[in-house]
Amino acid sequence: MGWYNKRLAKSIWVFHVSVSPCNNCDIEILDLLTPKYDIERFGIKLVGSIRHADVLLVSGVINQKVAPKLKQIYSQAARPIFVVGVGTCPASGCCFKDSYNVVKKRDDIIPFDLIIPGCPPKPEAMIEGVAKLMGVLNA
Amino acid sequence: MKPELLFYLLVFPGFLFTAILGLTVGWIDRKVSARFQYRVGPPFLQNFNDFFKLLGKETLIVKEGAASIFIAAPFIAFAMLVLVSAIIGTALFFGISFGGDIIVVMYLLMLFSVMVILGGSASGNVYSSLGAGREIKLLLADELVFILVLLIPIIKSGYQLDLQKIIAYQEANGMMVSSVSGIIGFIFALLCIQAKMTLPPFHIPEAETEIVEGPFIEYSGPPLGFWKLNHFMMFVVFPFMLILLFWGGFNFEGIGILWSVLKYLLIVVLMIIIKNTNPRIRIDTALNFFWKYATPISLIAVILSVFGF
Repeated sequence: MGWYNKRLAKSIWVFHVSVSPCNNCDIEILDLLTPKYDIERFGIKLVGSIRHADVLLVSGVINQKVAPKLKQIYSQAARPIFVVGVGTCPASGCCFKDSYNVVKKRDDIIPFDLIIPGCPPKPEAMIEGVAKLMGVLNA
Repeated sequence: MKPELLFYLLVFPGFLFTAILGLTVGWIDRKVSARFQYRVGPPFLQNFNDFFKLLGKETLIVKEGAASIFIAAPFIAFAMLVLVSAIIGTALFFGISFGGDIIVVMYLLMLFSVMVILGGSASGNVYSSLGAGREIKLLLADELVFILVLLIPIIKSGYQLDLQKIIAYQEANGMMVSSVSGIIGFIFALLCIQAKMTLPPFHIPEAETEIVEGPFIEYSGPPLGFWKLNHFMMFVVFPFMLILLFWGGFNFEGIGILWSVLKYLLIVVLMIIIKNTNPRIRIDTALNFFWKYATPISLIAVILSVFGF
C-alpha cells in the first residue's frame, strides 16, 4: 500500500462543503488557488463532485440542520476519503458553541482526520495542514 | 491473427504509446494553462499520479439508472480511442492502411461521443443527464462540419478514402494546408476538434460551474480514471489526425524528426491557446456558429476543392 499512498499524497482532489459558515474561511480557501499560493503545485485541485474527491473540506459550524446533509455527503464519497476541518468552527464551535442548534460533538456526525484552526486560518496554515496529511500518507 | 497486429494495437501506435504520450501532453496542457494565469502549475508526473490514484479508489454504482451501461461506457469509449489511435498511428508511422479507414475513424469518433451520452444518461443524476443532453446537441452541431472538413483531403487527393494514399498525395504535391480549401478546412477542423474534446470555448457539456462535471459527475474510481485517460488520449489522436490529413504526415529522416515533433507541439499549443483565451459559449451560440457560419463556409471549401483550389 506504500506505493499507492504515495500516489494518493501527490494527487489530492478536494471537495469543499460549507456547513453554515460565515464565508471567511471559504474566501481564504479560494486564495489557495490564486497565483501567489498556487496549490496545484502539489497536485491538489478543487473538484465539483464528491464522487471524485479524496478530501472532504468542511468549513463552518455544524448545526442540527446541516448535520444530516453533511453525513449524507460523507456517505456518498468514494473511499478512501479524508475529512479536513478548516477554521475554529469545526475545531471548537467558536463563539457559537453554546448555541441551542449546534451539534455538541462533531465526531458524532463524521470522523475528522485533520483540523486547521484559525478564524480564518491563513493560507500558509492550510498548506501546512495539507503537508501534514501528505506526510502521514508518505510515511 | 498476426502477432504484429496485436503489437500495433496494444503497444506502439495503440494503447501504451498513446496513453503515455497523452498523459505527458496533458501535463503540457496544464502547465501552459498555469503559466497563462501566472501560476507555477503541476509537476511533470501529475497526470500519471492522478490516473493511478483513481485506479485504486472505490467504484460507486448509483442505485437508480442502468449500472451495466454506466460501468461499460468508459471502457468501450477507451476501446474506440485505442482503435482510432492504432489506425491513424499505423498509417502515420508504418504506412499501413486499408481502403476506407477514414470512414472507420469518423464512425469510431462519433461512437465515442455516443458513449459519453450513454454513460451520462445511465447514472440517473439530473446534472449528469443535462450534460448528456448538451453533449447530444454539441454532437449534432459539430458532426456535419467535421464530415465536410474531412471530405476536403479526400477530394483533393483524387477521391481516396485510404489514409496512406492521402499521405502519398501530399508527399508528391505538397501539404493540403497550402491550398485555399486546405486552410479553411484546417481552421474548421481545429474548431471541431475543440468541440469534440469539449475544450473551452465548447466545454458546454461538462461546464464545471453550472452542472459540475456534466456526464462524469457520478463516476468514481477506475471508470473516472478511464474517462480522464480518454480525454488525454484525444490530445494525441486528434492532432495526429490533423497532421495526417492537412500537414503531410511525419518524416523520420534526419532533421525531419525535429520538424515532425514541432508540427505536433504546434497544434497542441494552438489548441491550448484557444482553450485559455476563450470563455464558455452557450449551447445556442455553439449551434448558431456551427450551423449558420461553419457549415456554409466549409461547404464552399468542399466545392473549391472539387475545382482544385
